[in-house]
Amino acid sequence: MKGAQVVLKALERQGAEVIFGHPGGAIMPVYDALYDEKLRHVLVRHEQAGAHAADAYYRASGRVGVVFATSGPGATNLVTGLATAQMDSSAVVAVTGNVPLPLIGTDAFQEADVYGITGPITKHNYLVKEVNDIPRIVAEAFYIASSGRPGPVLIDVPKDIQLAEFTGSFEVEVDLPGYKPTVVGHAGQIKRAAKAIRGARKPIMMVGGGGQTAFEEVNTFAEKTGIPVITTLMGIGTYPAGVPQSLGMPGMHGTVTANRAITHCDLIVGAGLRFDDRVTGKISRFAPNAEVVHIDIDPAEISKLVRAHVPVVGDLRDVLPRLTAELGRLDIDEWWETLEEWKGRYPERFKLDKPLVSQEVIQMFREATGGDCVVTTEVGQHQMFAARLFPTNRPRTWITSGGLGTMGFGLPAAIGASFARPGEPVVCIAGDGSVQMNIQELATIYRHQLPIIIAICNNGMLGMVRQWQEMFHAQRYSEVYLADSNPDFARLAEAYGIDGFNIFDRETAAELIPEVLARGKPAVMNFVVYESEKVFPMIPAGAGVDEMIIGDQEPEEADLATKEVKVG
Amino acid sequence: MIDRHILSVTVRDRPGVLVRIAGLFARRGFNIESLSVAQSFQPGISRTTFVVSGEDATIEQVEKQLQKLIDVIKVVDHTKSKYVDRELMLIKVQVDTAEDRVEIRQIAQDFRARIVDVAREALVFEVTGDEGKLTAFIDQMQVFGIVELIRTGRIALPRSAADPKPGAKQARAA
Repeated sequence: MKGAQVVLKALERQGAEVIFGHPGGAIMPVYDALYDEKLRHVLVRHEQAGAHAADAYYRASGRVGVVFATSGPGATNLVTGLATAQMDSSAVVAVTGNVPLPLIGTDAFQEADVYGITGPITKHNYLVKEVNDIPRIVAEAFYIASSGRPGPVLIDVPKDIQLAEFTGSFEVEVDLPGYKPTVVGHAGQIKRAAKAIRGARKPIMMVGGGGQTAFEEVNTFAEKTGIPVITTLMGIGTYPAGVPQSLGMPGMHGTVTANRAITHCDLIVGAGLRFDDRVTGKISRFAPNAEVVHIDIDPAEISKLVRAHVPVVGDLRDVLPRLTAELGRLDIDEWWETLEEWKGRYPERFKLDKPLVSQEVIQMFREATGGDCVVTTEVGQHQMFAARLFPTNRPRTWITSGGLGTMGFGLPAAIGASFARPGEPVVCIAGDGSVQMNIQELATIYRHQLPIIIAICNNGMLGMVRQWQEMFHAQRYSEVYLADSNPDFARLAEAYGIDGFNIFDRETAAELIPEVLARGKPAVMNFVVYESEKVFPMIPAGAGVDEMIIGDQEPEEADLATKEVKVG
Repeated sequence: MIDRHILSVTVRDRPGVLVRIAGLFARRGFNIESLSVAQSFQPGISRTTFVVSGEDATIEQVEKQLQKLIDVIKVVDHTKSKYVDRELMLIKVQVDTAEDRVEIRQIAQDFRARIVDVAREALVFEVTGDEGKLTAFIDQMQVFGIVELIRTGRIALPRSAADPKPGAKQARAA
């Protein structure tokens, strides 16, 4: 058996079912071996999309996503995808071909130092130098990618290794003396955390992406204690937004209630989050009165940005139930009165005294699906609107590029999610800027007839950049105008064999959305929306959470044309 | 407060491990003042010693980030407890006159520096000690003229009282 076959067999033994990828010279032996294998391969049209699809496959299913690419440009095209997965802790195993070992370092055709390039943006990476190491390396890669704090692992396989005769064994043991994730929380720390929580009068819980694996545990904790719950952008789906205990999303474009709660609380239970700067704003003004209980599986996140008074290193699935057992219902009625008042004053709202707006389009999708679908997003204003108006009810169904903020993520992510959850409707909320960054994947969607609806909130602008330019750069709209050269998205979709719709008014939108969803077929819905809409509230970059600009979320601004929305 | 820390990092002897560590320091803006790498007594395991300076929180972050690297087995900040540290230096000193030669050799003797190469115009010394001693020796030799010098960077071990379970025995028991 040759190395190339060994790669596939080893992947199969790890439970890989679907591989996203694109062939090329240096990985041809693997693709040749694939010809005879049962493994399902999804041909993407750009390696970056393959990496995003594999990433979303993991996020949607909890099973490691796999992507193949060739050497040089194939591998460098993975870079954005790997960095995205690394930032959002997503388990991806990338296998890249490389030039034969003797040619490595000679600037051979399609050669790049992939091992060197991907080191800083992966959890770990390998350059295979011996064919018999393949089973061990693949096993290690899966273990590293999916355990502890998940992350991407890259395996670079030179072509001569793919062609070498294998004489080793598939029975391998993973022995990594330097890698022992702490899963079980320290009993003493859990007791200390419980004591701090019992003593709090104004506590909040903040759940991040780590909560995607601990839905039951998060919900049981919240239910028993009655603690208000804030879910970060990555934590959407870990706690249903419709439950009265939910305060929504915190941070730069978070809800007024969530951000006020942070400023006024006396304790934060941070669960599986890393206090990213988009959540904290200026650190010195973040939760100034709060004691912080920080539960995370990655010790390096504890006290990295926000000092933890009670650190608990461990898996939420272990720590939260044990913490829940120590606690009863918290005595926080007064705190709830305050929160209820804020919540009552600041429901989600948007104004309809203008042409179609992104918010109402997104709201229509939420209404039509009830939030029981998979939502992926691109990056920008539409992403923030979707986070606030279209949070999903279940874990692993909200898929967005949070840490890296990768435009071009949402469309291929919808593909990965669709393969992970066959048959489920997937809605990709996109902008006209982002969607063009991986638009070629419409071919992949067509090829597999995936039930994906790409909803483009098309304001003819790079909306978020435009918003910053309006607010912070004296309305100097530099290089954000797209409308004069955007394609006709409906016709573009049709060129790929996909149903396309250009929608200009709210009546048509309201009529078409449920209808197109019901078809269960791929579709591109291009909603031409008001170009100058802004996302509020907003905490300007570098400002404190308490310096939030409430903007059109302020009730004084509300009038008859304002639609107030209960999310969930 | 910015302090100097000596970190011992035990790593698996894998290709690229040093690049990974160096890359981590560079990316997170930590400055390496000195670095020494060598095999340990266990096959496949190397021990590297870094001298880095930074605030306590920064150093704690360095340690945690190092610990996250898969090939890093153990990170110890010696400066948190009692330790011994040494550095080796080779220094070539210019010898102009016979009197200088006598004087240089006398000073070297005081520092317990060994002569490892003798020539008409220069002497090469091997000096071992802590940082203060090496610096003092360099100061003394400056008046004669230093032709070249090289230092290994500091290496350190915890004092026995601070580490009652020697690694070797632990390994055997396992």
